[in-house]
Amino acid sequence: MAMLKIIDPGLMTTVQDFGRPGFQSLGVPVSGAVDRDVLVLANMLVGNSANTGALELRYMGVTVEAVGGAVLLALAGTAAPATLTLPGGAQEPVPGWRSVLLPEGARLKLGGFPDSATAYLAVKGGFDIAPVMESASTYAASGVGGHEGRALVAGDLLDVLGEAGDAVPHGFDRVPDLRTDRAIRVVLGPQADAFTADAVTRFLGAEWSVTKDADRMGLRLDGPALAHADGFNIISDGITSGSVQVPGTGRPIILLVDRQTTGGYPKIATVISADLAALGRKRPGDRIRFEAVSAAEAVAIRRDHEAWLVHLAGGIGPVRADGSIDLDALYSEELITALVDVHDH
Amino acid sequence: MASPVPYPRFLPCGDAALIVEFGNAVDKALNDKVLALDQRLAAAPPDGMVETVPTFRSLMVHLDPLVTDPATVEAHIAGLLGDLAGSAAPGPIWRVPVCYEGDLAPDLEDVARATGTSATEVVALHSGALFQIYMLGFLPGFPYLGGLPDTLYLPRRTNPRTRVPAGSVAIAQSLSAIYPVVSPGGWHLIGNTPIRLFDSGRDDPALFASGDRIRFVPVEAAEFARIADAVAGGDFVVEKETV
Repeated sequence: MAMLKIIDPGLMTTVQDFGRPGFQSLGVPVSGAVDRDVLVLANMLVGNSANTGALELRYMGVTVEAVGGAVLLALAGTAAPATLTLPGGAQEPVPGWRSVLLPEGARLKLGGFPDSATAYLAVKGGFDIAPVMESASTYAASGVGGHEGRALVAGDLLDVLGEAGDAVPHGFDRVPDLRTDRAIRVVLGPQADAFTADAVTRFLGAEWSVTKDADRMGLRLDGPALAHADGFNIISDGITSGSVQVPGTGRPIILLVDRQTTGGYPKIATVISADLAALGRKRPGDRIRFEAVSAAEAVAIRRDHEAWLVHLAGGIGPVRADGSIDLDALYSEELITALVDVHDH
Repeated sequence: MASPVPYPRFLPCGDAALIVEFGNAVDKALNDKVLALDQRLAAAPPDGMVETVPTFRSLMVHLDPLVTDPATVEAHIAGLLGDLAGSAAPGPIWRVPVCYEGDLAPDLEDVARATGTSATEVVALHSGALFQIYMLGFLPGFPYLGGLPDTLYLPRRTNPRTRVPAGSVAIAQSLSAIYPVVSPGGWHLIGNTPIRLFDSGRDDPALFASGDRIRFVPVEAAEFARIADAVAGGDFVVEKETV
């Protein structure tokens, strides 16, 4: 069985799939990919079902080596090129949003990537990782799931389930436009009434900046202080991904995949599910504006979003000898399987 | 303030969740309604419901917006809200061994002083109460326990600890709790249990569920050590009372 060896683990590299919903009543965070859209696209580049566990790279790339056989892998989420080094020492650049065949002994290196906080490295067939509570996702704070419950370190060896064979690398006909720069849509509540009317107006009107406290648990924002109407402690209640809680500092925190399941600060708004993946791309210093929509609008936007993801995936095709993408080639039934899988989750 | 809030009420949480709120207090009557609704939803889940999270006075319902929408789930739940009071099936009563001695109970004397009682009285009050798990949260398997005798009401510590040992049995305000793993924490530590509340490798990773009840059974240090060994060897079973 081929393995992927971690030569340089980057900053915070973990195995993530769609996470482990179903255990929140026990206090277990859902975890999973902080940028679900790009995880899906990375998996599609190697013909995996959408919910296959892949390496999530935060802020920094990785260097990996194929050990014991060839590995077909894909990088998605950044246009930054990676470098392929063959066993003989020959090097070639690998554009972003491509799958690439890593012969035994070859290495792939991705350095920094300034265009997102998150990228994914998927391997054909996925990694041989025993699910914990029905998921391969890593929740490092409790040492649950993934590879030994933690971020990867140099020397880690991950078994790869798929046979690379003579698989043809695939790519996108153009770099996917993830539309990350537009306003983040929210539904006001559950506790918008715990704030002054002026605070709600400011929340929606201000330009917020992402502070350095930006991780899988949440994004702490800087901007004008939001005044609570009647104190900043509430009786703890449920939290969801995208909950915007405002502690005593008056500065909002958008909670993401590794958030706790419950919390005791008022939540002024909830980011709609279609815009959660865009939050996973935000880096410290990035600007965020919010726009209020109704819950019904949010559902419609989410359904359009899934259709858009399917449309993006339609731009995947085999890479021709000249490096262009052959969209006329019928892209195998795996893609269709993958798309169906998106809608099962 | 505005006119009184009519309960229960629905709170919006985006397109993938909603909250049903029964009141604004930590008390058993409200929590029983939360648990009763949770049981009814488990028996009759609406299409597209992903999971529910009971908390002190509200129930969060997670849903899949590709299958359903909050308004549809809300309408389904509205049909289940009749006569909730007193309708929750009571959970099992677990007998949880606790050693209230020495280093395992670092705040016991302080608690006795602050509440105008003695260490013996604190132990008698705590182990004499029947607690109900109002919710799990904060950490995987962390139970918030209602039913603490009023005499033991104290605010949280002014200086939270950066490292509360696993198994710590704690109190703060009107609640008790057990820390499943090492964690920061601001509650008063009055004892320790050797049992494992959470193990991600088990089929049922959490020992307890919301609505279960707990009675703390005092054990001496020698018995604590014996149980800890049995837990480590995988042959300790937490007893349930026959109701």
